[in-house]
Amino acid sequence: MTLNEEVFKFKVEVILKKGVLDPQGEAIKQSININNLGNILDVKQGKLFELTASSKNREQAIKEVERICADLLTNSVIEEFKYYEVSE
Amino acid sequence: MIWHKETTLPKVDLVVLPGGFSYGDYLRCGAIAAKSPIMKAVKNFYQIGGFIIGICNGFQILTETKILPGALIPNTNQKFICKDQDLIVANNKTFFTSNFEHNKTISIPIAHHDGQYFLNGPEIDELEQNEGIVLKYRDNPNGSIKDIAGVCSKNKRVIGMMPHPERAVDKELGSISGLRMFESVISNF
Repeated sequence: MTLNEEVFKFKVEVILKKGVLDPQGEAIKQSININNLGNILDVKQGKLFELTASSKNREQAIKEVERICADLLTNSVIEEFKYYEVSE
Repeated sequence: MIWHKETTLPKVDLVVLPGGFSYGDYLRCGAIAAKSPIMKAVKNFYQIGGFIIGICNGFQILTETKILPGALIPNTNQKFICKDQDLIVANNKTFFTSNFEHNKTISIPIAHHDGQYFLNGPEIDELEQNEGIVLKYRDNPNGSIKDIAGVCSKNKRVIGMMPHPERAVDKELGSISGLRMFESVISNF
């Protein structure tokens, strides 16, 4: 981080696209139902990333986060993402 | 053998991305390896019409670099499957399968947890129409769409497959179907 840079924190959620089989989500759903923990119709398992960026401004940080999401954190064939800025 | 941190390829006829594990399979299988320095050179090699084979994790790396279409996701049964597997040669007009008859059944071992081939929408139709499906599973072990075990690029010069042909090169190993594949490569050069 240089003097004229600020720190921005983001959370990124990655989830499988509709139509992609999610055997982990299915196994979790079965466990919920077998153990009578609730009446859950569907479970999808995804990933959560916390990114701490050092950028000259928010716009630049968002641009970088978007590129990281599209380029590395997700595979667009099977996954989609959303990100949001967090204070802590 | 070329180290992943290298940035250039020497003069080669064929690039083979072998199986195994890369970067602990973190994030997605092959995702981080796809960003290795050497992969820029492999992409360039593909763009100039070079021949490439990706086996297992190598196949996953080729899909993650978008050199080959689709993605490999966990097997539907969530288990690592390691066994001899019957395959059908769906396209024998590639440099890797030309020694086989069309629709011939061959046996090659598989050993993977994330071998379920996935592609949908118009792209899967396009792959089929372009004769991009090279190998299919008999008794699909992992849930792959259309029983796909191996695919090739549009120019037919890049092949990716989950089964391990290098493990089927001697009668003592139970099959020589893999040897036939490597012999196909030699007879095409």
